Amino acid sequence: MIPAPFDYKRATSAAEAISLVGEYGDDAKFLAGGHSLLPLMKLRLAQPAVLVDIARIKDLSYIRDAGDHIAIGALTRHMDVEKSPIVLQHAPLLANAASHVGDPQVRHRGTIGGSIAHSDSASDLPATTLALGATYIAQGPNGTREIAAIDFYKGFLESALEPDEMLTEIRVPKMNGATWGFQKFNRRAQDWAIVGVAAWKRGTESGVALVNMGSVPVLATSVSKAIASGASISEAAELAAAEAEPQSDLNASAEYRVHLSKVLVRRALESVNS
Amino acid sequence: MGGSILGNRVLRKEDPKFLTTGGVYVDDMLDEPLLVGAVHVTYVRSSVAHAIINSIDTSDAAQMPGVIAVLTGADLGLQPVPSSFNPMATRTLLAMDKVRYVGEPVAAIVSETREQGEDASEMVIVDYDFLEPLIDLEQSMASSTLIYESCGSNVVFDTTVLGIPENTGDAYFADCEVVVKGRYINQRVAPCPLEVRGAAAAWGSDGRLVQWLSTQHAQGAHAPIAATNGVDVSQVRVMTPDVGGGFGAKIGAYPEELLLGVIAKRIGRPVRWRETRSESMVALGHGRAQLQYVTIGGTKQGKVTHYQLHAIQDSGAWVDMGTILAPFMTRPMSSGVYDIPNIECRTTSVVTNTTPTVAYRGAGRPEATAAIERAMDMFAAELGMDPAEVRRINLIPKFLEPHTTVVGQTYDVGDYEESLNKVLAAADYKGWRAKQAERRASNSSKQIGIGISVYVEITGGVGNGESAKVEVLEDGRAIVYTGTSPHGQGHDTSWSMLTSEQTGIPMDRIELVWGDTDRVPIGTGTMGSRSLQQGGNAVFAVAGQLVDKAKSVAARLLEANEADIVLDKDRGAFHVAGTPAVSKTWADLAVAEKQSGGLVHSDVIGVAGATFPFGAHVAIVEVDTETGKVRHIAHTACDDAGKVLNPMLLEGQIHGGVAQGAAQALLEEVCYDPDGNPITSNLADYAFISAAELPSVTVVHMETPTPINLIGAKGIGESGTIGATPALQSAVVDAVSHLGVRHIDMPTTAERVWSAIQQAR
Repeated sequence: MIPAPFDYKRATSAAEAISLVGEYGDDAKFLAGGHSLLPLMKLRLAQPAVLVDIARIKDLSYIRDAGDHIAIGALTRHMDVEKSPIVLQHAPLLANAASHVGDPQVRHRGTIGGSIAHSDSASDLPATTLALGATYIAQGPNGTREIAAIDFYKGFLESALEPDEMLTEIRVPKMNGATWGFQKFNRRAQDWAIVGVAAWKRGTESGVALVNMGSVPVLATSVSKAIASGASISEAAELAAAEAEPQSDLNASAEYRVHLSKVLVRRALESVNS
Repeated sequence: MGGSILGNRVLRKEDPKFLTTGGVYVDDMLDEPLLVGAVHVTYVRSSVAHAIINSIDTSDAAQMPGVIAVLTGADLGLQPVPSSFNPMATRTLLAMDKVRYVGEPVAAIVSETREQGEDASEMVIVDYDFLEPLIDLEQSMASSTLIYESCGSNVVFDTTVLGIPENTGDAYFADCEVVVKGRYINQRVAPCPLEVRGAAAAWGSDGRLVQWLSTQHAQGAHAPIAATNGVDVSQVRVMTPDVGGGFGAKIGAYPEELLLGVIAKRIGRPVRWRETRSESMVALGHGRAQLQYVTIGGTKQGKVTHYQLHAIQDSGAWVDMGTILAPFMTRPMSSGVYDIPNIECRTTSVVTNTTPTVAYRGAGRPEATAAIERAMDMFAAELGMDPAEVRRINLIPKFLEPHTTVVGQTYDVGDYEESLNKVLAAADYKGWRAKQAERRASNSSKQIGIGISVYVEITGGVGNGESAKVEVLEDGRAIVYTGTSPHGQGHDTSWSMLTSEQTGIPMDRIELVWGDTDRVPIGTGTMGSRSLQQGGNAVFAVAGQLVDKAKSVAARLLEANEADIVLDKDRGAFHVAGTPAVSKTWADLAVAEKQSGGLVHSDVIGVAGATFPFGAHVAIVEVDTETGKVRHIAHTACDDAGKVLNPMLLEGQIHGGVAQGAAQALLEEVCYDPDGNPITSNLADYAFISAAELPSVTVVHMETPTPINLIGAKGIGESGTIGATPALQSAVVDAVSHLGVRHIDMPTTAERVWSAIQQAR
């Protein structure tokens, strides 16, 4: 519960942060809200030599209406995503998912960019932005690039970001006219999901992603294909785990996770939220 | 003359401090002169469950920044210490030859800062030869690998050594029309006090050791600390700062605490130690951990005639208090509230390569209650009878004279049926049964479960009385000294109420002293729900005796006959009856007594024995049959703790107890992998309950005073866990019983409930 020694640098701009991380290489980690990295450091499961604190970079905390999508700065706190009128109007599924992250203290400190960059399949926002077809903007020493959510998650706590790249913005397509549901199944209110589901549907079009159903957030494409070809929600939900490879752990067996995913996908798609 | 303060909803005196500036815990004692320059102790802990220690290499750790010393058992010349509960088992306070659980201390690092100690602890290299890890109770019983070779067996206590015969098996039930069997796991849980363990030690210039300790019983730690340091008890002072919870796990002194004086002497500087939460989860004692084989039998009309229990207690890797709870707490209470003519109860305590078990809120009684209540439910289910009705048929009728059960336990007073009637009415039992029937009829995926428990427990069974001292100062304030030891209960409020009642001194002019072996040498501490009925009783008696003493002083000053002196409690003044204008205040009397030792009285007030509070709980849950998820949606508790001193404190105890009971029934469990690695060693993995998982609790008051003590009080501190846990478990089973489910082990997690439904189908 006491982290190993580390150096601490505070960056005031994205460029400075990227330059600092470039200087220290693989031993350096960005620190934003600290709600994923610090617990790992306290358990000494992560022992970065240098923390580059990006939390005070002011111009990376914003939510903007950008026409066909919403642009969210990487350092935007979960609570701001949850309460944003723009998000509530155009991507209410994301606002709702943000309201399920941890507890109020966590939501006031943790950031959407930190959660996504940490790439924990058990976190709510990676899967939710995946379901919404989001695009992430990464900034590195040679400029910025776009990475589609579907191409971002590479493995357990592993993303497509290069070590000297920083996630700066999340672009979420507007989902006006869709119904949506977010299902989080956990032991206690503040826990990570044992299984979670983020889903939206507009006619025969849909997006369904699963939380904690494998080493990466899972896009349940079989479900969406079934709906597109006219299957009922109940029929489609039976295919929930087709793309998933869930693990057994302290909280659930793989078999139970598969079962839960079917129930929760059905419930998420049956939700009449709009 | 105002009315009595006793029985009123008096606000806690303690709260303004705790809710604003906060308590002063061991780790907050930064201004203590004796601890100036204190350095930090960090214990290196075993990373394996069971192994021979070949060598401990401390050389790299000793070179780390800030490290003052790295000490092994050999460095300190530690000798084996026998268990208080089975002297055949011995261990050294730092493991030397063998480690027996993950988390066992093997070396101590002394460093300038805590962080340096943590860094250095990773550099201590222990070379182990692995032994078979014995994690499962029955595996340990059957294994030829011995955890304590000197014991000759992994069974370290069995009721057969008390002359109690072994259970006779199925033949016992030959005459029964209906027989039901069960195998219940009363799982291992972690007490999780908000303040983890902490201690500090300093040798004064007078050669005495002062040790601060987060404990429930400073006087109990006194002799072991002196013995560990090889000095007379007169050379040791144990002091208790504010303590942030204990739940039984802080009764005894642990190796990490006992060694601090030895380490301080060795390095010549005062030392501090405070464990991290991760350490606390593996090295603070655990609770429960009992496997129960239960058979119940009786007539088709619902009368239970035979009950047989074999309780196998997991002692963990040391023969600590957990070992003796099964024979001396579970067994005596095995009959519960029922009049069962034939009972057999054997208990067997077994060591395993897991964290040692100790007392935890209820300590043996929740296990007894869970077994008989679960058995009653299964018996009722077998007969297709209402569980409330089956209980009613079997309850011991109301008794106001002592009642002795067939296992030989004598209960003081009881009216179990009344508590059941009250709780069923307050909980709207019939209404919930109707709702349940509707949900079942509609085949809803959200089913209602209703769980009942009726219980009786032992409180105040520890100690035969308690010390108290009341002293009135020259400014009229009173100091109350108690041998009990608050760690959240509200003793300051309670003891002030009792003292004020006797003396008329206002509560805010009364100060409480506890947990300091110099100022309160005699004390049995706070455990086993004993404080009010023994400690409070003693304060009440001694304050009354001090009033008598004060009357004699007043008589002398007023030149009157002592028998004519009265105390006007509204004014806190003594006068001759009929002439209130001429009076002497408490302050006047204290000044007058200054030369003759002060206005003070102390005594140890005995009590005639334990008391047996009882009650009944109704828990309501909603179970999602598609996922197995349980929601605890309502809870009603009727706990009869005798005469109530302060209903707010009583309700607080019930609320907290129900929360911990619900936690065991629904969520919490300490888990190990097959190699004995703990996998619930932080509060993310261990499902410590939160307010979001709990309903508001409805408390139904019932008072059947006990004749055992002056104030008619019984204990209430543990009733919540005893009554709530089986009610919750029962409710979960009840919600899915129409699907064919008869039993689900605790914690009744969603997956367990879902699996039970699948298996029943």
